[in-house]
Amino acid sequence: MAPQPRLVGKRVLRNEDARLLTGRALFVDDVQLEGMLHVAFLRSEHAHARVKGIDVAAARRRPGVVAVYTAADLGDYWRPGPLLVPPPPIPGLEFHACTQVPLVKDKARHVGEPIAMVVAESRYVAEDALADITVEVEPLAAVVDLEAALERGAPLVHEQLKSNRAAHVVQKKGDYDAARAAAHKVITRHFLYDRGISAAIENRAVAARWDDRAEELTVWDTTQAPIPIRNGLAAMLGLLESQVRVIAPFVGGGFGPKIMMFYPEEVLIPWAAMRLGRPVKWTEDRQENFTATTQERGQVHDAELAVAKDGKILGVKDVFLHDSGAYDSYGLTVPINSQCTLLGPYDVPNYYSEFTAVFTNKTLVTPVRGAGRQHGVFVMERLLDFAARELGLDRLEIRRRNYLPSGAFPFNNQIIFQDSAPLVYDSGDYAPALEDAARMIGYEKFVREEQPRLRVAGRHVGVGVVSYIEGTGIGPYEGARVTIEPSGQVRVATGVGTQGQGHFTAFAQIVADVLDVPVEQVHVVTGDTREFHWGTGTFASRGAVVAGTACHAAAVAVRDKMFAVASRVLDQPVEKLELAGGRVTAKGATDGGIAYGALAARANPLRGAVKPGTEPGLEATAYYGPDRGSTASGVHAMIVEVDPETAMVEIQRYVVVHDCGKLINPMIVEGQIQGGVAHGIGNAFYEQLVYDDTGQLQNASFMDYLLPTAGDVPRVEIAHRETPSPLSPIGLKGVGEAGCIPTGAAFAQAVEDALADFGVEITEIPLSPDKLFDLLKKTRPKKRNVVVLEGSFVFAGPRSAVWDLLQDPAVLGTALPGAMRLERTGDGHYDGLMKVGIGPVTAAEFSVRVTLRDREPPARYGMIVEGKGSFGFTRGTAQVTLADHQNGTEMTYRAEVQVGGTIAGVGQRLLDSVARRMTKQGLESLNKALAARL
Amino acid sequence: MKPAPFAYHRPGSVDEALALLAQHGGDAKPLAGGQSLIPAMNFRLARPAVLVDLNRLTTLAGIRGGADSLRIGAMTRQRAVERDATVARDAPLLAEALPHIAHPQIRTRGTVGGSLAHADPAAELPAVMVALGATFELHSPRGKRSVPAEEFYTGLFTTALAADELLVEIAIPPRTPRSGSAFLEVARRHGDYALAGVAAVLTLDDAGRCREARIALLSVGDGPVLAIKAAKAITGEKPTADAIQEAADAAASKDVDPPGDIHASAAYRRQLVGVLVRRALQRACERARNH
Repeated sequence: MAPQPRLVGKRVLRNEDARLLTGRALFVDDVQLEGMLHVAFLRSEHAHARVKGIDVAAARRRPGVVAVYTAADLGDYWRPGPLLVPPPPIPGLEFHACTQVPLVKDKARHVGEPIAMVVAESRYVAEDALADITVEVEPLAAVVDLEAALERGAPLVHEQLKSNRAAHVVQKKGDYDAARAAAHKVITRHFLYDRGISAAIENRAVAARWDDRAEELTVWDTTQAPIPIRNGLAAMLGLLESQVRVIAPFVGGGFGPKIMMFYPEEVLIPWAAMRLGRPVKWTEDRQENFTATTQERGQVHDAELAVAKDGKILGVKDVFLHDSGAYDSYGLTVPINSQCTLLGPYDVPNYYSEFTAVFTNKTLVTPVRGAGRQHGVFVMERLLDFAARELGLDRLEIRRRNYLPSGAFPFNNQIIFQDSAPLVYDSGDYAPALEDAARMIGYEKFVREEQPRLRVAGRHVGVGVVSYIEGTGIGPYEGARVTIEPSGQVRVATGVGTQGQGHFTAFAQIVADVLDVPVEQVHVVTGDTREFHWGTGTFASRGAVVAGTACHAAAVAVRDKMFAVASRVLDQPVEKLELAGGRVTAKGATDGGIAYGALAARANPLRGAVKPGTEPGLEATAYYGPDRGSTASGVHAMIVEVDPETAMVEIQRYVVVHDCGKLINPMIVEGQIQGGVAHGIGNAFYEQLVYDDTGQLQNASFMDYLLPTAGDVPRVEIAHRETPSPLSPIGLKGVGEAGCIPTGAAFAQAVEDALADFGVEITEIPLSPDKLFDLLKKTRPKKRNVVVLEGSFVFAGPRSAVWDLLQDPAVLGTALPGAMRLERTGDGHYDGLMKVGIGPVTAAEFSVRVTLRDREPPARYGMIVEGKGSFGFTRGTAQVTLADHQNGTEMTYRAEVQVGGTIAGVGQRLLDSVARRMTKQGLESLNKALAARL
Repeated sequence: MKPAPFAYHRPGSVDEALALLAQHGGDAKPLAGGQSLIPAMNFRLARPAVLVDLNRLTTLAGIRGGADSLRIGAMTRQRAVERDATVARDAPLLAEALPHIAHPQIRTRGTVGGSLAHADPAAELPAVMVALGATFELHSPRGKRSVPAEEFYTGLFTTALAADELLVEIAIPPRTPRSGSAFLEVARRHGDYALAGVAAVLTLDDAGRCREARIALLSVGDGPVLAIKAAKAITGEKPTADAIQEAADAAASKDVDPPGDIHASAAYRRQLVGVLVRRALQRACERARNH
């Protein structure tokens, strides 16, 4: 009875694009309501600091400011957020839940954590008022490095815990130790995978309106999960769920961080709108996004691979640390994904995986596209590369020898996945994908002919080929409602949010095929709780699989109703009816029958009776809840050229062979893959969040955080394979994250291959030209997260005179460029004011405190200079030694300079030069002062 | 990321602009293309009390070729210079450098004078002007003066411009026979601040020896760095591979003391200086032979 698919599998143009391309699509920041107020947040400049007092009086007095709230103003509404994903039932699992808070009450735990909220008539005024707020803080040592975080005596992110350990999980399969003992070789390496941001083109935004007459709260939110947001808000605000409507309209990219809930802003904006009786909106700016929106990817792995002489995998052991950030509201999804995805498409008989999740004073970690999977793939693929090299095997051959055979499915890996179900691969066919990719990239010819020929010509080209699998399409469930209206138009409502995945087209294609209508006739609504209020959200590459299958089920139910009604109307048995050309007709008839619209009208009569046991209208709601996920897979291959003199890498070709089961729309799948690869290339070579030892993010703008642009990403050559999932009627698997999962591993292999002459080994992602330079030079990279100034200077005067001079506030003041005054406030303590500006930075006042310590006159002393102003703060520590010199006195100094706040985030490029210039100026001023005194 | 409050003026003539600058002194900032100033204001790092918008000063925009010099108005958009045939013919180094500045959208707004006066140490144009031996025309209510590019740059983001002075025009001397130039830079992505870059002009004598070399480096110091030791090493020499290598080594080891940052260590920048100077001199030399 079901017609052949006409649209599923076709490159159907996207239904939503007309609205998007002509600027008619609604985004949250487009919501403009009468009387709307705007919000700015005062955020912590410190990664770890006790908050001792907040004075908002001046901010409240500023004209245009309507309200200023701190944690104290929230009363009982101040509550830590929910634990979103409780850990799966893994035996022996240890987990400590510490969830985020709406506003800092006692202690700030990462830079960017909100401390106070200003509500004003405009965003400009709100931002002006931030400068009126003073916060008294006691800075604490920050927890940044994962290994140091677990050392005894490390500062604690959460003092109620005895350590910074957030979780500890061991999963085992077989007996790794026995496998190791029997191994021909054991490959052991240490791997790093560092943090990045998701960098959605649209930042987060929340707007809220309380309608006092309807007693209804409407919230527009860039969330990936509008329904859970509605349910949570209703509970927090003491409203019925039906009184809260959450709309996630068009959203400019999700990539995972928008599934996090509740962000402080999501809790506070609706509350303020209700309290103030006026609509309130907040749109995150890019500067906020760098520290206030969740991040991912920080892990450190110690892994080993036990192999037989023929390259067969005997076992894998992986022990890793996972950076949770300051709070672990999202549970263990990311590290469990790493743990589970490491096994890949391979037959790994013995596996030991142990991880420790660690609290740090950094922005929260929640899933970002790939969500831990790339770490596992990176570790496994790199280990296979090293093993192949040691065994003298071809890189492709070692993979061929270890793939699960096509007859192995369903394959149970005997460990627990993030969705709490056993990790079972539903279907797959891995080896042919490798052959396809090798053929497309021309692997054999490249390795045998091109690479040697170019190497003779002095060029360094390399190829990388890696495999991966991705667990997708997990439960619990999604639903959809399909309605045929009397106009004949079809409406589909589902609960998932949409952030650019093409849901309006993919879901329409599925429904259009079942109902035999043109795709443009199917109108999809997503992400509005008034339209559909059962479901969870868009994450884990599950939208198409779970909501798409629900759409299919609802459409089939509607079709059954159509036949039932038409059977009565046309007086034909159901089995003799068919859908054709927008009508229900008798099979084989070329005319007659009844149009869908007319049928819909007949199904909803104004008179007569709807028979008991039937429903009015041509409408049906259905749900789909898979027991477990479906497993997508693929192979990525790339060719790079490296210039060893400049350490620059160019990606010349990129091939993806991808298998996400039955394709709904190859064009949309290819868009997902191309975008994912761009994301992966960013993670591999361009993007890295650089934190210093005090937890300051040093590249908090697109000036220094480098997203790959269209010019840096090649057009990906894509081939599809379709191994349908047996779990759903359409056979779908997810694709949203796949593109970025194996990219780092492929990149590392290709760069290593290009630099084979240099014996470079890559165990760290992201790589950068700077790191590659260190690898090529075999120099141990210095940690460059503080500016270090070292030098000496000869003063034309005797040592005792120089010593005395250096204790004199009047003279010391001249050594601080821009010092307006400096007073001695105690023995070795000086306080003052300085005004510093440089280039584009307008001179601004800094309060400054100088402390001299460990003084040994007239030989040496230590100095701490702390400054605080509207751009942030700075702290310099110096060790100064004085010695006799033939021309007077030689001062030798070593200073370290750290900065926080805006200048830390956007000023790194110039910090070294500025610090050097200031030191030089200061020393010259001192010398002048000395000359004047002598 | 909204700027702090400021007053805004849009003068219709250069004299009016100069009067406004004189009136507000250091509190005023001239607004040219705004590609650096506006972001700095949105971060509230720049908080000028007064903006003097130069975008109506059409007399400051334009390119004029001439026998004694090529003259470029300070408000000429970078994109216009990039596409100008006279510039391509008379100052090929400038034409070669321009596409490295950010992206077409930014060059369409960004002006030559704005970039030169902003004096970012990573900027391409200051190094190009120093290598070309250009002269900057500065006007103020007090009068007019000409300053050679290499004297214009006095330190990190610091220039010879007084608070009431405006850069109005750039004069580039004509190309000498048997001269060649080259611009090279290494940036993480196209359009980024370069990790290091070089603008080189090399002139040969009749015997094929290097008569003069002007090599300016960017992103490795407080401003454009004239590589004097490198130039000295090659001047008077036949530009053989060895001589060029010697000059490149001198540039890397003696002419620069580069800063390190999160993108490139000082050692990496030093290496790039050596590689880029060598490659630029090779290219400039080939071009000089064919000129």
